[in-house]
Amino acid sequence: MHNIFVIMKKQFRDTLKNKTILVQFLMFPMLTLVMENAIHIKDMPEHFFVKLFAVMFIGMAPLTAATAILSEEKEKNTLRVLMMADMKPWQYLTGVGSYIWLICMAGAGVMASCIETSGRLFFLGMMGIGIAISIVAGACIGIFSKNQMMATSLQMPCMMIFSFAPMLAMFNEDIRRISDIFYTQQLKCVFDQMSLDGFGTNGAMIVCVNAVICVIMFAVAYRKKGLE
Amino acid sequence: MIQCKDLKKSYGENEVLKEVSFTIGEGQIFGLLGPSGAGKTTLIKILTGQLVYDAGTVTVMGKEPGRLNGKEKRCFGIMMDSFGVYERFSCGENLAVFADLYGIPHKRIPKMLEEVGLEGAYHRSASDLSKGMRARLQLARAFMNTPKILFLDEPTSGLDPQSMKAIHRIILEKKAAGCTIFLTTHNMEEATKLCDHIVLLNEGRIVESGRPEEICRRYDHHKKIKLHLNDGEDIEYERNGDTAEEIFALLKAGSVETIHSTEPTLESVFLELTGRDLEEER
Repeated sequence: MHNIFVIMKKQFRDTLKNKTILVQFLMFPMLTLVMENAIHIKDMPEHFFVKLFAVMFIGMAPLTAATAILSEEKEKNTLRVLMMADMKPWQYLTGVGSYIWLICMAGAGVMASCIETSGRLFFLGMMGIGIAISIVAGACIGIFSKNQMMATSLQMPCMMIFSFAPMLAMFNEDIRRISDIFYTQQLKCVFDQMSLDGFGTNGAMIVCVNAVICVIMFAVAYRKKGLE
Repeated sequence: MIQCKDLKKSYGENEVLKEVSFTIGEGQIFGLLGPSGAGKTTLIKILTGQLVYDAGTVTVMGKEPGRLNGKEKRCFGIMMDSFGVYERFSCGENLAVFADLYGIPHKRIPKMLEEVGLEGAYHRSASDLSKGMRARLQLARAFMNTPKILFLDEPTSGLDPQSMKAIHRIILEKKAAGCTIFLTTHNMEEATKLCDHIVLLNEGRIVESGRPEEICRRYDHHKKIKLHLNDGEDIEYERNGDTAEEIFALLKAGSVETIHSTEPTLESVFLELTGRDLEEER
């Protein structure tokens, strides 16, 4: 537990100095606050920006952060130094994952402040699930990648699909049909109705299948590459 | 402290360590000399449990490296050329991560930086450090847990003479404090200056071992004395009793400018044994 806290503390300190990651964590919560308070268009769905940006936040920030942190530590060989200081791989991964989850949930909390109190817990619960899946997907890419350049080239398309597909699906039915297989699209449907009814018949199953695929891919990547 | 017997390690078809055997006593500075690709880093990785070996026996502090528990591994201080630092962190913050890991109070960090000559660099970003300063920061990190065994993989590689000298001083201080030091280098001057015992490694095989001066004496085939006279003439004499009077006469006459014996350096011993230069790249 001590080692996990050390990693979380290190990551917090690093985030304050790493503008690329910091922007990822701040951008969508801030945008949500501004847009929700500044833009009021007649017939615009309630909390339109919260629902839209929440999904983009899920698909972008945790995935990018997990990939960047892991690939950088691997490339710079600082991860090995930690391992030599008796840090266990599971402790490191738990520390990084927990840190990203907590900081993203803080961002989700900011977003939740724009909606009614009664829906906040449900919103945060759904955000928590989405963020966790994205962290596993990001960790998967980070572990698989040899260096940061490879990580970025793998992470970009994943991030684009997960975060932008639900938005584009609002305007195009073909994209919608494809986008339906992603957890972010299913979470968008849930946020649209602010209830589990938004999942439809297969929604929950799709989120679970996405989560299982990410976990399996993570296990395969870890087994193949480890944290070396 | 460390024992290695008939150690073998291969990467696929390539056998990188071939029946390597040595013993390192407590408080000793043990030097492993060899050109790039000789197997030095592989050996460090095996001794620190980062790599498994194929055959032979290895014991570190009485245990096989892979069986050392977390507490025992914390007795190691490791500085490897490939190990990085947290670039966005300051020197102090870099050490703070490991101080937290080892449960060392942060107030000791300035003293640790001072110990490696980085006083005043507490708030300086690691990305702004010179190569020499970065090496010293890595050394400070390796010393964090007051290790019993220090593994230093080419700690002065590519450094200027001043930084090199500073690191040598620190290493000798650690030895005086009772630390056992395993040092790899291809710098024979460094090895001669620092090491109590050295091993010359070439293509994964030990070609010679002993105290640096002993090895040099062992390969002193020429046994001559070279004199450079005031008039510019160079003379070589056999190093035996027959020439003593002639040399004495020249010295007495004040005509000798310099006088040297011809025992070889570690560099020339290595060259004689392997036909390769220590600094030579593979």
